[in-house]
Amino acid sequence: MSIFIDDATRLVIQGITGRDGSFHATQMMEYGTNVVAGVTPGKGGQTFEGPNGEQVPIFDTMEQAVEQTAPNCSVIYVPPAFAASAIMEAADAGVPLIVAITEGIPVLDMARAHAYAEDCGSRVLGPNCPGLITPGTSKVGILPGSIVTPGPVGVVSRSGTLTYEAVYQLTQNGIGQTTCVGIGGDPLIGTKFIDCLDAFRNDPDTKAIVMIGEIGGTDEQEAAEFVKEHVDVPVVGFIAGQTAPPGRRMGHAGAIISGSAGTAAEKMEVFEQNGIAVAERPSDIGGLIRDALGA
Amino acid sequence: MDLHEYQAKEIFRGAGIPVPPGKVATTPEQAEEIAREIGGLVVVKAQVHTGGRGKAGGVKLAKTPEEARDHASNILGMDIKGLTVEKVLVTPGEDIDTEAYAAVLVNRETQAPMFMVSAEGGVDIEQVADENPDAIRKLDVDPRYGLLPHQAYQLGVALYDDPKLQRQAAKIMSQLYTAFVNAGASLAEINPLITTPSGEVKAIDAKVSIDDNELFRRPEIAEYRDTSSEPEAETAAREAGLTFIKLDGNVGCCVNGAGLAMATMDLVKFYGGEPANFLDIGGSSNPEKVVNALKIITADPAVKVILFNIFGGITRTDDVANGIIEALDQIEIDVPIVIRLTGTNEEIALKILSDAGFEAYSTMDEVVKKAVDLATAAAPAGA
Repeated sequence: MSIFIDDATRLVIQGITGRDGSFHATQMMEYGTNVVAGVTPGKGGQTFEGPNGEQVPIFDTMEQAVEQTAPNCSVIYVPPAFAASAIMEAADAGVPLIVAITEGIPVLDMARAHAYAEDCGSRVLGPNCPGLITPGTSKVGILPGSIVTPGPVGVVSRSGTLTYEAVYQLTQNGIGQTTCVGIGGDPLIGTKFIDCLDAFRNDPDTKAIVMIGEIGGTDEQEAAEFVKEHVDVPVVGFIAGQTAPPGRRMGHAGAIISGSAGTAAEKMEVFEQNGIAVAERPSDIGGLIRDALGA
Repeated sequence: MDLHEYQAKEIFRGAGIPVPPGKVATTPEQAEEIAREIGGLVVVKAQVHTGGRGKAGGVKLAKTPEEARDHASNILGMDIKGLTVEKVLVTPGEDIDTEAYAAVLVNRETQAPMFMVSAEGGVDIEQVADENPDAIRKLDVDPRYGLLPHQAYQLGVALYDDPKLQRQAAKIMSQLYTAFVNAGASLAEINPLITTPSGEVKAIDAKVSIDDNELFRRPEIAEYRDTSSEPEAETAAREAGLTFIKLDGNVGCCVNGAGLAMATMDLVKFYGGEPANFLDIGGSSNPEKVVNALKIITADPAVKVILFNIFGGITRTDDVANGIIEALDQIEIDVPIVIRLTGTNEEIALKILSDAGFEAYSTMDEVVKKAVDLATAAAPAGA
């Protein structure tokens, strides 16, 4: 089992003919993801050739792609200026899961897109996220397939490479993952820690959870309270940005300490208060998970 | 990107918000001349990207043009929280009856723009939030509809009892929302929003922060960037497409990915060192990016060691290793370099690096410990 994506996932790639879109389309197909369609305005009727000679049909609009190929997930590699519109187009076409990889989308565009997607009943993951991967089954986004392995740990994180770091370490320690989800580093993201925790706690195969947060905002604090009240499996947490100066954007648009709110110290304390084992260093995550699993 | 008060006021004026006139001076003589044009009482205000200008002595009242010149001469060049004042705004002194607060910002929780208004203005809003949270009225705006007329009126009513003032304030709230959206702001703040004895509502201070992601489609706002107010290295990094933030330590950090970059800085601290910077070189193995990153890091004389921490995900680490070597051929570095590379093809990558004579590691802890040791040896504590 897994969360959000599995072997029934039928993926459409918005921006499939672009540099990133085509590169990752190939990567995802190599991993085994079922890519059923691509969308690039003006290129409808063409096809995208997969790594094994597969011919993926390209459509001008999401409406056409949905009508003809019935995808249940979309991934977005569209440039920032058009990405919010692409999200709304996917939501309008009735796609239930929309994964937005694009970095640099204006925040006010996303405020509108999130409200719109919510009204359509679509879940947005991201933006500015690496996507998600269910090891051995399906990947949507840019997470490297080579570093994951199937197993009992759910991973959810605001970061990209820091997630890879944690996951790679688990894999090297012989601990596999159910699903690894990167929720994104932007201030306005569609799927928060709580949504992932809720999905993981309902997944019978997830026996422990790794939650990797960072400075800025209060999502980690809310997630910690959710863990205490609703999550029965052990949770290990890490927070990046203990040395970050206040008021500066640490690369991620959402990683900023405002006043005294959103510091790493505050988040780590709330984790501990709510029964989450806090890893002081990324290299402590593996050991804490091993202890938690009692393996 | 933070704007100066005078820039924020230009945006507010453009949206129709009543803002007193004023001009910017870079010399005491200009300040004197502007004060003479305005006539009567003026305020000379330091233009720097920080709060607490008044407390630092950067805001002064002047009764005469000569006094304005003297104040400007004191304020220009003044250091406020590490920032040098290069410009002053000269603006008329106002008769103030009451001081209120009004702002629009993005509420991360509701994912919508939110108004915050309070009849208690002129002070830090954080202080009001701590001491008297009920004095702040918050209102979420549906970004698809914008601020609706009845909501603007609700805000006016929250601020004032006098119907005339309420109506003026409601209009200003609508204008403030328009300014916020049109500028692509993440914050637009008026503090204080004053009333005068003659019954006018005016914005006499202005603060606007722009969402950097908006700048590509707002060249006129991007023009407002004042590079004199940021460290040179940060300007250079932005122009090279890198995210760089200067810190006070001596371990130069070069990392791919923002989260990993923060975690690397934290680990430097964990092992008793101090990071010299935050730097995210992004996901490619492009040697040019590495060269630019190294130029920026080594421009800081405090840097005693350079630490690479690279996780090769989709990018193969042997490509990254070759990119680093190519980059290091193009630039002379006189401090030690330690490299950690892990991910796809890491054995090949580590061999490439050690064959080229670099200290290469596969774990983050090893490399950070080594970097801190080297930095400490180069700059012993107390030296």
